[in-house]
Amino acid sequence: MAIGIHDFALPNVVHGKTSIFSPDATPAHSIFSLSMLVLAITLSIFLVVGGLLLYAIIRYRERLSDPDAAYEPAQIYGSNQIELSWTVIPILIVVMLFLATARVIYSTEHAPKPPSALDVTVIGHQFWWEFRYPKLGITTANELHILVSDPRHPTPTYLTMSSADTNHSFWVPRLAGKMDVIPNRINVMWVDPTTAGLYLGQCAQYCGTQHAKMLLRVYADTPAEFVTWVAHQRQPAAQDSSVAEGRTVFEHNACISCHTIAGTVATGRFGPNLTHVASRSTIASGSAPNTAANIRTFVDNPAHFKPGALMPPMHLNDHDLAAVTAYLTTLK
Amino acid sequence: MATQTPVPAVLDQTTSTACRPMWLEVLHDWVTTVDHKKIGLMYIGYALLFLVVAGFEALLIRIQLAIPNNTFVSPQVFNRLFTMHGSTMIFFVAMPVLFGFGNYLIPLMIGARDMAFPRLNAFSFWVSAFGGLLLYFSYFGGSGLYGAGSAPDVGWWAYAPLTAKAFSPGHSTDYWTLAILLSGVGTIGTALNIVTTVICMRCPGMKLSRMPLLVWIYLVMSLMAFVTISPLTAAQIMLMLDRYLGSHLFDTQAGGSAVLWMHFFWIFGHPEVYILILPAFAFANEIIPVFSRKAIFGYPAMVAATVGIGFVSLSVWAHHMFTVGMGAGANTFFVFSSMTIAVPTGIKIFNWLATIWGGKIRFTTSMMFAIGFLFQFLIAGLTGIMLAVAPFDWQLGNSYFVVAHFHYVIVGGILFMLFSAFYYWYPKMTGRMLSEKLGKWHFWLFLIGFHLTFDIMHIPGILGMPRRIYTYEADRGWMIWNLLVSSGAMIQTVGVLLFVYNLVRSYFKGAVAGADPWDGWTLEWSTTSPPPSYNFAVIPSVGSRRPLWDLKHPEDPDNNYE
Amino acid sequence: MSQAAVIPQNAPEVWKLPSRGIVGMACLILAEAAIFLIFVVAYVYYIGKSLSGPTPRDVLTLPIFATICLLSSSLTVHLAVSTLHGDKRRLCSLWLAATVLLGSIFLGSTALEWYHLIYHDGLSIRTNLFGSTYYSLVGLHASHVIVGLLMLTLALIFSLRGAVTTRHTERLQVLSLYWHFVDGIWVVVFLVVYVLGR
Ligand code: HEA
Ligand code: HEA
Ligand code: HEC
Ligand code: CUA
Ligand SMILES: [Cu+2]
Repeated sequence: MAIGIHDFALPNVVHGKTSIFSPDATPAHSIFSLSMLVLAITLSIFLVVGGLLLYAIIRYRERLSDPDAAYEPAQIYGSNQIELSWTVIPILIVVMLFLATARVIYSTEHAPKPPSALDVTVIGHQFWWEFRYPKLGITTANELHILVSDPRHPTPTYLTMSSADTNHSFWVPRLAGKMDVIPNRINVMWVDPTTAGLYLGQCAQYCGTQHAKMLLRVYADTPAEFVTWVAHQRQPAAQDSSVAEGRTVFEHNACISCHTIAGTVATGRFGPNLTHVASRSTIASGSAPNTAANIRTFVDNPAHFKPGALMPPMHLNDHDLAAVTAYLTTLK
Repeated sequence: MATQTPVPAVLDQTTSTACRPMWLEVLHDWVTTVDHKKIGLMYIGYALLFLVVAGFEALLIRIQLAIPNNTFVSPQVFNRLFTMHGSTMIFFVAMPVLFGFGNYLIPLMIGARDMAFPRLNAFSFWVSAFGGLLLYFSYFGGSGLYGAGSAPDVGWWAYAPLTAKAFSPGHSTDYWTLAILLSGVGTIGTALNIVTTVICMRCPGMKLSRMPLLVWIYLVMSLMAFVTISPLTAAQIMLMLDRYLGSHLFDTQAGGSAVLWMHFFWIFGHPEVYILILPAFAFANEIIPVFSRKAIFGYPAMVAATVGIGFVSLSVWAHHMFTVGMGAGANTFFVFSSMTIAVPTGIKIFNWLATIWGGKIRFTTSMMFAIGFLFQFLIAGLTGIMLAVAPFDWQLGNSYFVVAHFHYVIVGGILFMLFSAFYYWYPKMTGRMLSEKLGKWHFWLFLIGFHLTFDIMHIPGILGMPRRIYTYEADRGWMIWNLLVSSGAMIQTVGVLLFVYNLVRSYFKGAVAGADPWDGWTLEWSTTSPPPSYNFAVIPSVGSRRPLWDLKHPEDPDNNYE
Repeated sequence: MSQAAVIPQNAPEVWKLPSRGIVGMACLILAEAAIFLIFVVAYVYYIGKSLSGPTPRDVLTLPIFATICLLSSSLTVHLAVSTLHGDKRRLCSLWLAATVLLGSIFLGSTALEWYHLIYHDGLSIRTNLFGSTYYSLVGLHASHVIVGLLMLTLALIFSLRGAVTTRHTERLQVLSLYWHFVDGIWVVVFLVVYVLGR
């Protein structure tokens, strides 16, 4: 946790992992350019008005050397011309700002959807994300895989969002602004990352105890990577006879009422789909790295990483716990 | 013309302190009082108490967030802390303190002996006060006595469906709605009183066009309260119906709408923030001219701008909802209405600037806080404009940038102007001056603390840090900024403690103020400090906007220029 | 400047300000109207959004008689004020009594309607969105009728005991303002719930 001077350096600030000033997709880009315009205008207003204020308080301070200290300065009650000018100029600025804003609103919200777009359904849960690919038949959790979009052959991803319980908000700053995820209501947003890689984000609407640990990881895959990933995700869960015992433990506990593992009797929908849980790099929406030890700790007592998470402590004995952990780690 | 006679001693009972009353009599006197000045002081004292409580909660929040993965408080406790901090600050600090000053000053400024409905006034105070106690009782009784320590944790907007029984079991949310409901009832009562007082109780000659701007602004603000606090009251009644009687008004499982609550809340919430800032403008309108030794520039424009802000602010609420997917049409509408507010607000800023221009500025502590207010409100308004740019808000909304924006307005604007008002009117209220030396320390410490906290706080917002999170990952690059923000909060605390000390010390040891320590121009300075219970021995009558100016400068009275 | 200055007495000849009671009541009405507005908005917003029955069409009938009673009580209360103003105190009591009676009939018919809805049609506040919005809006109005009736009854009792004189005209007028408001709101509720909502 050492703090160096470089922490304050501007590039570091601007190129943060979740900085809104290092956009990498069209919506985030257009917001970025608009925000630069707005910042420039407001900064100039500040400099002008603030400068005048500063001048006035220095120039017109009461001086001790003032020869006629008892006299009041000239009383001025107003001036129509001056007041008119500082009404009209702000109106002009406002109109200009408004037009620039309206353009970006419409170009983002009313962008035509190309047929090559990828569709994903996002469902917010207290406190994790469910992602479904209706056309591909995949359900996964917390880590979203989408396609990199080449500006010449755009393949944006359209996210159709709703919530299973309270309000949430989907926010990956480098890709786009946030969009709320609201029960009983469907919202749509789109993103088209231009470079492959990992984009971070998190839930941005207070949704309950663990709102803070409802993190998002979005992987922008190249077409080849994406095809491999899809093919893998469509397989049923791995069958490894060496961990058959763990599978039995899983199937004979309450786990199955909340979790789905394709190819087993587990079809619960309350918790994340675990069919390929081992292929993800974190567990419990980013609360901890996905290691055997962490899975074990989490299943034993979810509150260890995530107090308030809606999975109850399962009270398995050590043996069962080890077995089920071993089983889950094979679900690549 | 200018007669300067002392109040006849026979009439003035305040000076007869022959036998000191017992503490029980004093207590009884305060509890049963219907005197607007005492009620005003009770409002103020009550708000100060809660400022310390809610400020303490803010401190705990800041300690928890100072470093990543901190475990100083649990997530549950953290969520209660920001909910209680926000709700307390808005409903039980800002509202009562503003009404306290209004209660105290309005009758004095319009030359009346009391408010229009003194008993309603006392009732309103006690209802709001009870609301605050109820809110804090939830710390003990929120889930029955077993679950001591469970205050509400739904945020100060209490968005549905988080407040539904299914997601908020126990009674803490019930305490929250009840408390807010009561505070709303008290507010409407006081607002009604203020409007009636201003319309019906003015002294002879005090035409509407001659009222001090403070009175004008309180009039507008109270009128706004009717149409904005009432929706909140209605929404709280609905929420109570949902929670107690099982209706489904905000129940998304039964087809209800979560967005409806958002609309109801912000129809209240946005005008509410103007209800809060308007009194700050009101203080500025009185204090800046006196310490610049010049009449306010453009009085009619100031009135018009206030009324304009009042109207426009009723039509901008959904700029708090740019991210709920309202559609491009609604978004553009609310962008436009939000931005138009900049015009009347700008008029105010420029008129204050013109008031200072060519004046003779006296740097009393009061004026220093007022100047701080001018700069900080300018900045805060401009960040507000950034948020009103909907696409920018899609990024900034619900991030620490918003938290920074509104603390900039509320602390940098309202709290600064409040401190200014304290230094200005404390002599009137107590008869003693606040120590200027301690005041300067208070000013500089609070100024530094404020800027360290809330300037820096914009940065984590830009770096993607959402609000209302109890902790964050170490690898996000937010830590250093949060550490600075938290240390600023500590400095602010020292400043506030100094201020409280100054209030107490000066009450006993401060220099005696006299009736008119600042060489002021409005009627409250024409009576003794503190004023007698009947305010004025003879009901004054006025011929201009600055009656005391006319007295002091018979050669150049104000009514020549109206 | 340690002494209090006394402002010279250059009072304008006429200095008349509006009466407190009427201004106060106007404020109260404004605030109450805003409360009702929110309930009406919720009602309109949820029209046709219930997930299950019964629907307004199934169970609501137009409360014509009750409406006539309530609206005519506006007239009677007005007459009570104007007779008091003309110092006809007995007549004033009579009109007040008529107002209370008409208001009570209205309240009774609302009670009957609710009884019917709850026990025959199985519509309670928990049943569906229609039930929730219907009972909250009509209930809010009914609670205002109750408050108004209590005040009017009080006035009636004072009046019967001869304690109401022309001096009290203004107070009675303030009360009648409130009652007119309650009636006016009923027109809105009627239109929204029984006409638009069906
Ligand atoms: C006292 C309170 C106060 C005041 C006065 C303001 C003033 C403004 N606020 Fe702020 N605001 C809050 C308190 C306040 N706000 C609070 C409490 C919240 C958050 C609540 C929560 O989420 O918990 C909030 C949140 C908030 C949001 C929502 C952010 C989000 O949650 O996503 C927005 C968005 O538009 C906004 C905008 C504005 C604007 C446009 C103004 C304007 O009124 C500012 C106008 C002033 C100026 C512009 C400066 C002076 C003008 C000039 C010098 C003229 C020239 C200027 C131009 C032409 C631009 N505010
Ligand atoms: C009047 C309004 C007001 C005021 C004055 C303040 C003042 C402060 N606020 Fe507050 N704040 C809100 C209104 C206000 N706030 C609202 C509405 C929210 C939103 C809540 C929500 O999201 O629901 C919020 C949220 C909020 C957050 C975000 C929490 C989150 O989203 O997770 C933070 C974080 O830093 C914060 C900090 C502060 C600080 C440091 C101050 C400081 O300026 C406080 C300075 C004052 C003091 C420090 C008091 C002095 C203390 C003492 C004298 C006690 C000392 C005693 C001992 C040490 C024993 N506030
Ligand atoms: C009452 C419902 C419930 C039961 C029973 C339950 N879980 Fe969970 N589980 C959840 C929920 C909800 C989450 C998501 C927690 C979060 O991130 O907030 C979860 C998360 C998980 C995760 C992390 C998944 C991921 O993608 O990050 C694992 C692994 C897991 N559970 C394993 C188990 C095992 C093994 C059992 C049985 C021994 C079990 N669960 C029983 C509800 C349940
Ligand atoms: Cu989900 Cu916050
Ligand atoms: Cu707002």
